[in-house]
Amino acid sequence: MATFTERMAPVLVLWLAVFLSGTWAVDKGNFKTCDQSSFCKRQRALKPGESPYRALLETMELTNTRLTLQLINDNNKVRLLLELYRLQGNMTRVKINELKPLKPRYEVPDVLIREPPTEPARPFRLDIMEGRNVVMSLNSRGLLAFEHLRMRKDTFSYKVTSTVASVWNNIKRVFSSSQADPEAEKKEEADPAAQPEAAKEEEKDEDGMWEETFKSHTDSKPNGPSAVSLDFSLPGVEHVYGIPEHADTLRLKTTENGDPYRLYNLDVFQYELYNPMALYGAVPVMLAHNAQRTTGVFWLNAAETWVDISSNTAGKTVFGKMLDYVQGSNETPQTDVRWISESGIIDVFIMLGPTPKDVFSQYASLTGTQAFPPLAAVGYHQCRWNYNDQEDVAAVDAGFDEHDIPYDYIWLDIEHTDGKRYFTWDPHKFATPKEMLQGLSDKKRKMVAIVDPHIKVDSNYKIHNEIRSRSFYIKNKDGGDYEGWCWPGSAGYPDFTRADMRDWWASMFAYNQYEGSMENLDTWNDMNEPSVFNGPEVTMHKDAMHGAWEHRDVHNIYGFYVQMATAEGLIQRSGGVERPFVLTRAFFAGSQRYGAVWTGDNAAEWEHLKISIPMCLSLGLVGISFCGADVGGFFKSPNTELLVRWYQTGAYQPFFRAHAHLDTPRREPWLFGPENTALIREVVRQRYTLLPYWYLQFYHAHRTGEPIMRPLWVEYPEDPATFALEDEFLIGRDLLVHPVTEEGARGVTAYLPGKDQVWFDVHTFQKHNGAQNLYIPVTMSSIPVFQRGGSIIPRKIRVRRSSSCMMQDPYTLYVALNLQRTAEGELYIDDGHTFNYEKEFIHRRLSFANNVLSSVNLAPEAQFSTGSWIERIVILGASKPSKVLLKTDDGQESQVEFDFDASMSVLTLRKPGMNAGADWNVMLQ
Amino acid sequence: MTSCQTQYLLMLLLSVGVSAVEVQRPRGVPLSKRQFYEEGKPFTCLDGSRTIPFDRVNDDYCDCKDGSDEPGTAACPNGSFHCTNAGFRPGFIPSSRINDGICDCCDTTDEYNSGAACQNTCRELGRKERESLQKMAEITKEGFLLKQQLIQEAKRGLEEKKAKQADIQIGKKDLEAKVEALRTVKETAEQPEKEAKERHLKAWEEQKAVIQMEKDKAKMAEVLSELDDDADGSVSVAELLSHSELDPDSDGSFTEAEAQGLLGGVDNVDSVAFESVWNNIKDKYTSEQANTETPAEVETPGEEVREPPSDNDSEQYPEEDIPEEEEEDDDEEDEEEDQDDGDYKSPPPTQTPDKKEDDDEGTMPPFDQETQNLIDAAQKARDAFDEAERALREVDDQVKNLEKEISFDFGPNAEFAYLYSQCYELSTSEYIYRLCPFNRMSQKPKFGGSETNLGSWGHWAGPEDNIYSLMKYEHGTGCWQGPNRSTTIKLTCGKETVVTSVSEPSRCEYLMEFISPAICQEPPSLDAALHGHEEL
Repeated sequence: MATFTERMAPVLVLWLAVFLSGTWAVDKGNFKTCDQSSFCKRQRALKPGESPYRALLETMELTNTRLTLQLINDNNKVRLLLELYRLQGNMTRVKINELKPLKPRYEVPDVLIREPPTEPARPFRLDIMEGRNVVMSLNSRGLLAFEHLRMRKDTFSYKVTSTVASVWNNIKRVFSSSQADPEAEKKEEADPAAQPEAAKEEEKDEDGMWEETFKSHTDSKPNGPSAVSLDFSLPGVEHVYGIPEHADTLRLKTTENGDPYRLYNLDVFQYELYNPMALYGAVPVMLAHNAQRTTGVFWLNAAETWVDISSNTAGKTVFGKMLDYVQGSNETPQTDVRWISESGIIDVFIMLGPTPKDVFSQYASLTGTQAFPPLAAVGYHQCRWNYNDQEDVAAVDAGFDEHDIPYDYIWLDIEHTDGKRYFTWDPHKFATPKEMLQGLSDKKRKMVAIVDPHIKVDSNYKIHNEIRSRSFYIKNKDGGDYEGWCWPGSAGYPDFTRADMRDWWASMFAYNQYEGSMENLDTWNDMNEPSVFNGPEVTMHKDAMHGAWEHRDVHNIYGFYVQMATAEGLIQRSGGVERPFVLTRAFFAGSQRYGAVWTGDNAAEWEHLKISIPMCLSLGLVGISFCGADVGGFFKSPNTELLVRWYQTGAYQPFFRAHAHLDTPRREPWLFGPENTALIREVVRQRYTLLPYWYLQFYHAHRTGEPIMRPLWVEYPEDPATFALEDEFLIGRDLLVHPVTEEGARGVTAYLPGKDQVWFDVHTFQKHNGAQNLYIPVTMSSIPVFQRGGSIIPRKIRVRRSSSCMMQDPYTLYVALNLQRTAEGELYIDDGHTFNYEKEFIHRRLSFANNVLSSVNLAPEAQFSTGSWIERIVILGASKPSKVLLKTDDGQESQVEFDFDASMSVLTLRKPGMNAGADWNVMLQ
Repeated sequence: MTSCQTQYLLMLLLSVGVSAVEVQRPRGVPLSKRQFYEEGKPFTCLDGSRTIPFDRVNDDYCDCKDGSDEPGTAACPNGSFHCTNAGFRPGFIPSSRINDGICDCCDTTDEYNSGAACQNTCRELGRKERESLQKMAEITKEGFLLKQQLIQEAKRGLEEKKAKQADIQIGKKDLEAKVEALRTVKETAEQPEKEAKERHLKAWEEQKAVIQMEKDKAKMAEVLSELDDDADGSVSVAELLSHSELDPDSDGSFTEAEAQGLLGGVDNVDSVAFESVWNNIKDKYTSEQANTETPAEVETPGEEVREPPSDNDSEQYPEEDIPEEEEEDDDEEDEEEDQDDGDYKSPPPTQTPDKKEDDDEGTMPPFDQETQNLIDAAQKARDAFDEAERALREVDDQVKNLEKEISFDFGPNAEFAYLYSQCYELSTSEYIYRLCPFNRMSQKPKFGGSETNLGSWGHWAGPEDNIYSLMKYEHGTGCWQGPNRSTTIKLTCGKETVVTSVSEPSRCEYLMEFISPAICQEPPSLDAALHGHEEL
């Protein structure tokens, strides 16, 4: 009821009113620029070549796993400790912290899946070389900066502490002198200025160091300035990627003439495209690529971070020029990247590739891989803010059957709750949730309900009372429970950085705790940046406290923990049997381990459709494969053409969900006339026929960390023509998709890569040569997709109501021959929903060579049996055989009937019939 | 008649059940297509695209593009499966629902190989359907009878209205004549009134001019004596120079030549000659007694009066910074603003520039009796005219309303006319919905709060063959960032006239279910029923 909602959700209206200011776009004034973020401004003011840091070589210690070295800032004599590790798998870790910080600085926990194993160190330097080539250089521009922790000068305690510290230092020196390296000691003694206390007096306080105000919000900054910064030079590199989330191009731009890319998880209302503003999530990982090598930098810091990118087209650094000289080239391009974080330490992992896939595997070894989702989650998701009540859900569910469109999940947004109290149901509209869930379950379908991390402050609300009584809420700077405004009105924010809090949260998903929940109910975590309507930049005050740490230190990892705890809850409620499905809006490095992400509140505009491609590609490059954008666009109402094109694009992106704002007209697929219903039905069905391939890609991503939806350069790293492509992409290695994203398009030009390669149009089976720009005329039903010659793709062409209805259905194998008349592919089958896949699955290699197609077991130790069989084999680019023989593993031979389409060179083998899990050979004679 | 129909239905269902048992045909094929599937003979796809051996029919592999070779398996993406559903209605399902573990056909025939434990529910469904059909038939019958009454009533109502319209038309003519007559009377009375008033006003103007002149003379004399420092009865250049404000070019130096110029080129003027000098200097002259009250004091209060509104304006600005306040209640804010406006408006009367003039020249004397009589007479004529005109307007409105009602599309036989000027309500847990057909639809919160307009009568909106099945109400209160609210009313046949449900399927687009006998269609005759059922 509109009136009801407006009255009950004044916050929504307020919040929108604040940001709207009468226009339909983000109000940039509500979010900080670098200049308005005091640490970014201070750090950015530092110019190259003025590094005050000097290595104290006499402090160097080399063990067989690490090198440590002290750095001294010649201006203030503060010492830093640099640790260098050579990690297994061609990676280097550089850690820089204060040697003696006033109090500990935050080191991000839980993101690394384990302490990265080291390798015996060889002598190396900060210029990371391979042969004669410098691969990467740290601090070559001298932008290392470390704002050491200091006492506030105007306080009494500062004076006392400095005196005590000075006395303590003297005492310590007396007692430790026998053990300490005498030379270093001497050096320190000889240089009286090395006393940090003496130096401190000369430091200048700048604006924003001890307090910062933005739009009436004051950050009290009790710990003062604490920023860290370091620069990286990438000789020979012109293309850098990653550091999502930004609504920007795949290839990152230089930032010299504007703001740096910002990483600070924010709920940005109606975000603007093609700019470096921060969005909902942050993954501080950047990839650098040229035709010879791919490398990566992982900056493990969860505080607000800015990344400056410059390239030598605007003037080379001294280092770059020297390199030119050494390498005998005047044209060597170089990209310089500078990372600036507000607090924490410098902890950098340098992934040295050299191939894109090496970098993915190196990064995966640090932060883990994509969670393997239940098969149903790879199907189509129908969402809307909001399906009004149980009758509405039933009617939409019936609509899909009536129009014969498959779907797996229907979603409920915030209105399903009892007054925005998560884990509850509106007593009138969703009075019998189990009945509703059972109804869906009867059709082998599922539901996702939203559970946000802001908890209504209401003493009649169990969740709130428990969190309060356990003191699990984040605290404000004065020690009370932090309260902010969000959907429910006044809300508390559980401290998800606490392991005990996460355990408790997980326990709330137990069937006996979360009333009305069932096995087929999964979860959506929204607003977990966290979004605080009345907070600075619509998020939490940085001086809020998570135990001993400030929110400043942990901001970007909050959403990561929310999803972690939720996924854990879903696992636990099933006794560890079922794979969870959790969608999150905020994320950090490592979030891939817990589920899916989407690109947040986009809009029904063609430009938003276009940017969904680079946004998901960027996420895939940094490990988060399960990505999608709201199909149709969240804000505003799409016209029919845009909606159809969006379905066509979304059907070929990993997370395929339609979603719409509360205020938009309904847009279920059958509301736009029979013609458009048919177009949408067709493309959703294409998605379902390809589920075996999609599922296999998820399995791969889970095993290797390679992206599912990937830029062409990942597969064609030596082809510069692919480096900036962002209007087309690959799914795995074998499908190339060039969605139509232009209004009124009559054709698209797709780049088909690979010099000696061929590509087959999956709809017409027409063969095209690689390494060409191919113009493809399009109509409203066109979604240009090509299968790589040399690949075998399994499909299930019997599309049913939902993915689980198709479990036992037979496969059709699409064998696309390359110029050598060979092809390879894989088939992966498991139960589709449990963790048993770790032992019980079928994984087979399918290969075609010398006119024999065979299926070989890749996992002989695994156990699984399937009722699925091979109903059809379609060989593209084939010639006509005289006969076709099938040989099964029991030695039986039988003849297989076939059809040959000479005009398209398509050979179709009719009903060979062998079990999908068996060994077999099919011989063309 | 009802029982006949039921019996017939039973017979039909029985015969279908029997035939399903007797006739052999491939799984999933309807009786009507049985002849295309002849056991042992090559099968030609129903689209004629190819011919295949019969053993490829239902062999779980799709050979025909139209899916016709696999009516009983899920092999063809576009196939359809026929469920006989003995005891209920036969039907088709997409063949993708065969053996998917979900029971679709009530006779369970779609799940022959999936292990799904389906119950045959056809008899139960059939019974329920028959019951509901029977019930519907009864309702339709009774509703249709009621509808006939409604049609009769509407006819009578229409005739009455037309008669009334004719009556009013006659009365209207009389009234129009009366208005014209009174207009003449009024205009006749107003002419002498106007002339008498003008005479009176002119006399007063003349009197005022005399007074003004005398005042001016007195002032001149006063100034003369003030300037005449040596009291010789004349003003000299020297005496004039003491008044620097008289400097004609206001350049800061009042020269003797300039003073002489003011005195008409002479050094000295007497009281008679001063009269022409006075006319040149009176606008600038400042009295030596320094009583400059008039310019300053009159203006100051004026400025002060203006200030309060600007204060209020500035109080409005903080809205931008603190939107919470703004949003609390739009209506409330509007009211406040109105009050403020009232406040601004009340102070200005203190400015009273007219009063000052009155003080100077006195008030206009009352009209003389003769004039007053003329005015009274004219006023009386005006009142009489106004009253007649008002009466005419009322009649006009009546005519318009009647015309509107008569011309309204109340259905083919005006069967919906009875809904006109009625209202129907539905109370939910939160709201009371109120539909006044052909007028408006609204929603009022049960526990306080103002009413929201969900749309005013727009048009009939049903499909072409049944346009009266839906009503559309449009242009209701606007939604935030959304469309104006609108409501679709879905009419179904019933004995009563009642609202059964209201929902909001899409934001600000409401759907109301409304029962009325006026939508009831004539129950099908036995013949029609027979014909219709045969197609099953």
